[in-house]
Amino acid sequence: MMRVIFALAVLILGSTAGEIAITHGMKATGEPARLRPLALLQFLGRAVRNGWFWAGVPLMALSFYSLLALLSWEPISLVIPASALSYVVGTLGARYVLGEQVSAARWAGVVLVCAGVALVAAG
Amino acid sequence: MASERRLRIKTLVMVLAMVVCANAGDLLLKRGMSQIGAVQLTASGLAQAFRLTVASGTIWVAILFLSGFMLSYMTVLSWADYSYVMPAGAFGYALLTLLAVVFLHESVSPRRWVGVVLICAGVLLVGQTKPRTTAVTSEALA
Repeated sequence: MMRVIFALAVLILGSTAGEIAITHGMKATGEPARLRPLALLQFLGRAVRNGWFWAGVPLMALSFYSLLALLSWEPISLVIPASALSYVVGTLGARYVLGEQVSAARWAGVVLVCAGVALVAAG
Repeated sequence: MASERRLRIKTLVMVLAMVVCANAGDLLLKRGMSQIGAVQLTASGLAQAFRLTVASGTIWVAILFLSGFMLSYMTVLSWADYSYVMPAGAFGYALLTLLAVVFLHESVSPRRWVGVVLICAGVLLVGQTKPRTTAVTSEALA
């Protein structure tokens, strides 16, 4: 039981921290001048030279290995609904780490999505 | 206000590209791996699985779609809020259920339908909010 809770925490916190680092890196990179292949390649080149991007990748990899471990212990119909909590954790991170404004409507949407994903994944 | 509308449209297009690429990639990866069969967790089993995966066209197309997902995800996060993109991307779960019903004729439990309705309502609510609430650093340069 303890190892499941620990792995879930690593899964949720790892993916959230990783995605927040990548978001921060992408905001620093700035948007592509236009949505054409060449401009997107240049954009990608700028993005991979950003340290925050490379801080995010190992965190997401860690989260992925934690998911694999969880799936080897518990059924998928338990693991994915539990991981839906990451929608709420991610929104908290967006609000307090990235400084995004999360309106009441956005919070309500996030809670509905979280509950919905949990129900869909439970089958 | 025209730029506000443009921002909303390009964000929606990118989120849609994300969802389509992620779903297509996952489905193709699953198909490719089931063609290969269960992987034995021994040195020779893993080497065998590696040889089969790099030789599989299906796996390569899956990787192409998953790369497309990563690119569209990174692109949309360069201008839109994480707290906007993340819940909006959950639309993929609802879409996957609808595709399973229409094309695979799978039966779906009432509980799962309730989940689909909640996801759609939640995505619509998040979609109403402003895609970007933090300071713009790059648009002045563009």
